[in-house]
Amino acid sequence: MSPPMLELTQVSVEFPTDRGRLRPVDGISFRVEAGKTLAVVGESGCGKSVTALAVMGLLPQGAEIGGGIRLDGEELLALTPDQRRARRGGAMAMVFQEPMTSLNPAFTAGEQVAEALRLHQGLAPDAAFARAVEMFARVRIPEPERRARNYPHQLSGGMRQRVMIAMALACRPRLLIADEPTTALDVTVQAQILALIDELKTESGTAVVLITHDLGVVADHADEVVVMYAGRVAERAPAASLFARPQHPYTIGLLGAAPRLEGGVARLASIEGTVPDLLHPPPGCRFAPRCPFALDRCAQQPPLAAILPGHDVACWRAPLDTLLEAAA
Amino acid sequence: MTAPLLELRDLAKGFPVRDAIGRRRGAVRAVDGVSLAVPKGSVLAIVGESGCGKSTLGRLALRLIEPDSGQILFEGEDLRTLSPAALRARRRDMQLIFQDPFASLDPRMTVEQAVAEPLRLHRIVPRAQETQRVAELLSRVGLRPELARRWPHEFSGGQRQRIAIARALASQPKLIIGDEPVSALDVSVQAQVVNLLQDLIRELGLTFVLISHDLGVVRHIADRVAVMYLGRIVEEGATDAVFRTPRHPYTRALLAAVPGQGQGPAALLEGDIPSPIKPPSGCRFRTRCPHAQAICAEIPPPLAGAVHRAACHFQDSLPAAPAARETDAGGERLRRLQAYFTDQKQRTGELA
Repeated sequence: MSPPMLELTQVSVEFPTDRGRLRPVDGISFRVEAGKTLAVVGESGCGKSVTALAVMGLLPQGAEIGGGIRLDGEELLALTPDQRRARRGGAMAMVFQEPMTSLNPAFTAGEQVAEALRLHQGLAPDAAFARAVEMFARVRIPEPERRARNYPHQLSGGMRQRVMIAMALACRPRLLIADEPTTALDVTVQAQILALIDELKTESGTAVVLITHDLGVVADHADEVVVMYAGRVAERAPAASLFARPQHPYTIGLLGAAPRLEGGVARLASIEGTVPDLLHPPPGCRFAPRCPFALDRCAQQPPLAAILPGHDVACWRAPLDTLLEAAA
Repeated sequence: MTAPLLELRDLAKGFPVRDAIGRRRGAVRAVDGVSLAVPKGSVLAIVGESGCGKSTLGRLALRLIEPDSGQILFEGEDLRTLSPAALRARRRDMQLIFQDPFASLDPRMTVEQAVAEPLRLHRIVPRAQETQRVAELLSRVGLRPELARRWPHEFSGGQRQRIAIARALASQPKLIIGDEPVSALDVSVQAQVVNLLQDLIRELGLTFVLISHDLGVVRHIADRVAVMYLGRIVEEGATDAVFRTPRHPYTRALLAAVPGQGQGPAALLEGDIPSPIKPPSGCRFRTRCPHAQAICAEIPPPLAGAVHRAACHFQDSLPAAPAARETDAGGERLRRLQAYFTDQKQRTGELA
C-alpha cells in the first residue's frame, strides 16, 4: 500500500459559543492516496465541510483543532500560519460550492488564475496570464483567450466553476478538496465538471477529497467513502464494498432515502427524526435516537471496527446480516 | 382518461431585457407556446434545467403572473376571463409550495397564524373553530399540534416545509403546484417530505404539478412528465415511458447525466444552455444535439405523437436509447434492511 497523500488522525474541531462548546468534528480519521478520490458523505451539519476547512487551515479564529493532519508526510498542524498559507493554493487547493462568491467580481477570470501562478510559481505577469489561458483551454472553456478577459458576472455558473477548477489545478496541487462542487449546477453541467476533475486527477496524480451529499456522485467518482454523522465517522469503506454491503444503519437509510431513476420503489425508506443538536449530543452512538436497530448498548459509543477487509463501521449491531438471519 | 382539472393552451410569456441604463434590449421568451393537460387526481412533473421556464410556467398556470397569450382552463373555465374578485375566490382551489421554506413563511407570524390565514381569507371555518382546524392540519402533515404557538425560526427546514404544506392545504385546494418543494432538504428529510406528499395526494385526491430538476424525485412520484428546454416542451408522456424510452435527444442527455447509474462515463452534452435572449432558430436544442441536421436549423419540430409526444424531426429514426441499467446495488439484503426503516414503528417491538 502506497503511503497516503493525506492522512487525518483523530481530528477534532471545537468552537466556543454563547451556549457552550460546540464540537462539529469529533475524532475523524481517514487517508487518501495519490491519484485516488475519497468521498466524504453526510447531511447538513455532519461536519464534512468543517473537516475540509480544518485541512486547508481556513477555520475561523477561535477554533481549536486536535489530532493530526499530514499532507505527504508533513504535519500541517505543526506549521506556522505563514507556512500554511504557502501550502494553500500550491500544495493543496479547494473548490467551493458557490463559484460566484469565491471569485472576486472586480478582476477578470484570467487575472485571478494568473495571480495564483505568480504567487505560488513565481511566474512573471505575462507568462502567468498566458499559462492561465492554457489552463482555461484545459478545463474546456470555449474561446479561452476571450473568456480569460471576462469578469465573473459575464460567465455562466458552469463556466465559473471551471475557472475555479482551473485556478485550483494551475499549480498542480498534491491535494484537491472539492466541497459540493456541482451542487449549484444543472445535471448536464455537473457531469462535465466531475468528468473534468476525474481526468485531471488521473493525469497529475492529485489526491481528491470530494465532499458531497449525492450518493450517485459517490458511486460514479469515488474510490473510498467516509460516511459522517453528527461529527463522527459512521462507516468507512472502498466505494464498491460500501454500495454492495452497507453496514451502518445510517448508510442503509441514506441509500433508501434517495429516489432511484429506475423507479419501482413504492415508498422511500425515510429515517425518522432529525440530526441531534451538537451542543447536547446524545450519549454513545449519535444515530441511536433515530435508529430502528438500536439497543441499550448503543448508549456507549461503538468503536470504528473492521467488518470486512478495509471496511470499517461504528455500530454494535454490525454486521447487520446476523440480524436478517435472526428475523428470517 | 379523466377530464383535465387544469389545461394550458398555447401559453406564452416574455420578459423585457434591459441594459444597464434601462433601455429595452429585446425580450426573453420564458414560456413559448406551451400546451399541457393535468388530469384530475394525477401528478404531472415539469422538468428541465435552470432557465428553461419551468417556474414561470408554474406561476402562469395560477395566473400569478399575466400571460401574453394563451388560455388557462381550470375545470374548463378560463382563468384569464375572470374578474379580479372571481379570480380571488378561485384561488382557494389552487395553492403553491415554494422551494425555500425559510423564505416562504413570515418570520413575524406564529405557525398558528400562518396556517390560519388562508382559513380566514377564504372563510373556510368559523373563527371559533380555527384553533381546532389548525391542530388538525398540523397533525395531517406530521407535526405535533402543540407546536402551533411557535415561530418559524424555531423549526428545521423539513419542519418548515411541513408547515408550508399545512398552510397550502388549509383552503382545501384541488390543485397544488410545488416549485422544487423538496430540493433544499437533506436527503433523509427529503424522503420524509416526499412520502408525506405522496400520502396527501392519494388520501385527499389532490391534483399536483411538481416543478423539479431532480429526476429521481420525479420518477418516484409523477404520473406524467413534461420536459422543457428554453421555454418549450420538448417531450411529454407517462413517466414510465419517458424514462424507459425517451424520444427526444435532450431527454436522453438529461437522463444519462444523472449520476449513480453505474454506466461509467455517459455521452456528455457539450456546452451550456444558449442564451434565451437569442435562442437558436428552428429546434432550440440543435446547437447541442448530436443528431442535428440541416432541417433542424430551419423548421421548429412540432410536439408530435398521441400519448407520448416529442418535438424532434428524427424521433422515429434515432438510435435506440441505451436501456437504463437496473442497478440493484445491495439487492435483497438492502431491501430487507430498509424495510426496517419503512415501517420501523411495528418493527421496534419485533427486534426488542
